[in-house]
Amino acid sequence: MNETAIIELKNISVTFGDNQVLNDLNLNIRDKEFITLLGPSGCGKTTTLRIIAGFIDPDEGEVIFDGKSVKHLPPHKRQVNTIFQRYALFPHLNVYENVAFGLRIRRIPEKQIKETVEEMLALVNLKGFNKRNINSLSGGQQQRVAIARALAVKPRVLLLDEPLGALDLKLRKDMQVELKNIQQRLGITFIYVTHDQEEALSMSDTVVVMDGGVIQQIGSPMDIYNEPKNAFVADFIGESNILDGNMLDDCLVRFSGARFECLDKGFAKNEAVDVVVRPEDVDVVPVGQGQLKGTVTSVTFKGVHYEIIVDIGGFKWMIQTTDFHAEGSNIGLYIEPDAIHIMKKSEYSGMFGDYSSFSDEFDELSDPDPDEEEEA
Amino acid sequence: MKRHSTSRFNVIASPYAVWAALFIIAPLIFVVYYSFTDASGAFTTENVSALSKYLPTFLRSIWFGIVATLICLVIAYPTAYLISQKTENIQRTMVLLVMLPMWMSFLIRTYSWMAILEDENGIINGFLASLGLPRVHMINTSFAVILGMVYNFLPYMIMPIYSVMAKLDRSMVEAAQDLGGSRLTVIRRCIIPMSMPGVVSGITMVFVPSVSTFYISQKLGGGAFDLIGDVIERQFQQSYNYNLGAALSLVLMVLILISMAVMNRFTGDEEGMAI
Repeated sequence: MNETAIIELKNISVTFGDNQVLNDLNLNIRDKEFITLLGPSGCGKTTTLRIIAGFIDPDEGEVIFDGKSVKHLPPHKRQVNTIFQRYALFPHLNVYENVAFGLRIRRIPEKQIKETVEEMLALVNLKGFNKRNINSLSGGQQQRVAIARALAVKPRVLLLDEPLGALDLKLRKDMQVELKNIQQRLGITFIYVTHDQEEALSMSDTVVVMDGGVIQQIGSPMDIYNEPKNAFVADFIGESNILDGNMLDDCLVRFSGARFECLDKGFAKNEAVDVVVRPEDVDVVPVGQGQLKGTVTSVTFKGVHYEIIVDIGGFKWMIQTTDFHAEGSNIGLYIEPDAIHIMKKSEYSGMFGDYSSFSDEFDELSDPDPDEEEEA
Repeated sequence: MKRHSTSRFNVIASPYAVWAALFIIAPLIFVVYYSFTDASGAFTTENVSALSKYLPTFLRSIWFGIVATLICLVIAYPTAYLISQKTENIQRTMVLLVMLPMWMSFLIRTYSWMAILEDENGIINGFLASLGLPRVHMINTSFAVILGMVYNFLPYMIMPIYSVMAKLDRSMVEAAQDLGGSRLTVIRRCIIPMSMPGVVSGITMVFVPSVSTFYISQKLGGGAFDLIGDVIERQFQQSYNYNLGAALSLVLMVLILISMAVMNRFTGDEEGMAI
């Protein structure tokens, strides 16, 4: 893995005032991969990106690019380019000149500049926009210009700082596909920052989950979804019911007052653990069948499925089911062994995974505007 | 509906229309009227044709105006840039310091420069003499006149440039660096073009009063550097020749409009700016 690393972050620590933003961060980024830094506001993901770009000097640690430290290399000498959150296009230049900006600085012959700009504008589907004024473009079009401008100088690594944050949902989905296509076609490394877990899962080769300036987990999207390392990751990626449990034996766990077969082993006897059950992995069965029974306390129609909150012995579970179950009805629940994921206890234990105060509105409130992140 | 809102707009706008008519349009009409009439009110082109003997004064005014404007620009641009790079609190203090002299009367400021520049009792020469250095003749020179213009009008150059620069998006500068721009390249290709609207309004706000000023040249130039403003003032205050004064004003106005148009042609077109 080390042989193909294009960027290595070694023991990076950053403090703004008395706020520790990054704490001894280590990360290897492989050449040509699509890697996403994922985490809530203030987790240090944007700071990490700005360190790679050279806009922030870490207090400790160093960035290795292609085997060489770039500690004292200013941003304009690094082979990385950034897509900024608000695009940062030059309003005094038209689309063509924006894309040509980096090429002109490099004193490339005019003919070649024209070729490259046309090629880039075709790549981002903006053919014929050459003479257009930046301010006359929509958000999505500005975003494309920003991508063309960064790619025109042929970076080895493209840094993307929440590039789709300002776009509406439909456009965002289209751009996700398009960005992934561009990355694969050009075969360059993308380092992508987002707080949107769905975006991270659908685009990335590797996802780096961060919180509190510390990497919580690095893995493929499937790894971090199916095998979250701790309660924070389990909660942040998708929906999770997280319960206190005890490992009775290898492949046998007790939680919610019942025993369950599972696939996890290697824990101490009776070790206290966190148990993760995804809402879509619980089967609703008639009362009396299955291992658990509970009362439906709320039902939300989500289109593909119903999202129901079920009270099981005082703990509120979220369960996704395609069948309708009325509020107040009693149901039985069955969980297959491979639907249960066991995690070691961590500092996050007990903080997440109970849906007693759950509502969609609440979820949005607890996700403040990503724009305000880390700038203060 | 449409007509209704238009009539309401008219009602609300009427005080401004009256204001404009009374204090902008009417005076302009008077200027034109006086320019082409003699003391008895009869039509004449004599006033305008008499202007040729003031040509050197016009040229000197424009020349001094250009020099003062350029000096202001050279001083103001880096100053505005440096202020805009500071933290917000320091910015506020520095802007206050720039504005502070404008709170004092223009006359007092110009008198103070007389006291500073004078040969015998001047502060600078007094200081030089106390060091045993030879005195330097400064008052009543073109240097003193231009100094007075630069001193008085500098804030009008700093402020518009500063306010444009303070609003420049930091991330735009970062984007320029990111694309390979060194510090100098970023200033040349990014900061200067984006601050052009401020530069243009700064030039306008300094050049216009510099060309038409009358008091500075009398006090600091000692009458040796008659500017067109002085000539106009004399027509009204001493000769009571309102007609010639009006004709001079009219020509000055036209000259200023032409200079502005020329400047906008060179700097303005592609930036799409307003004065």
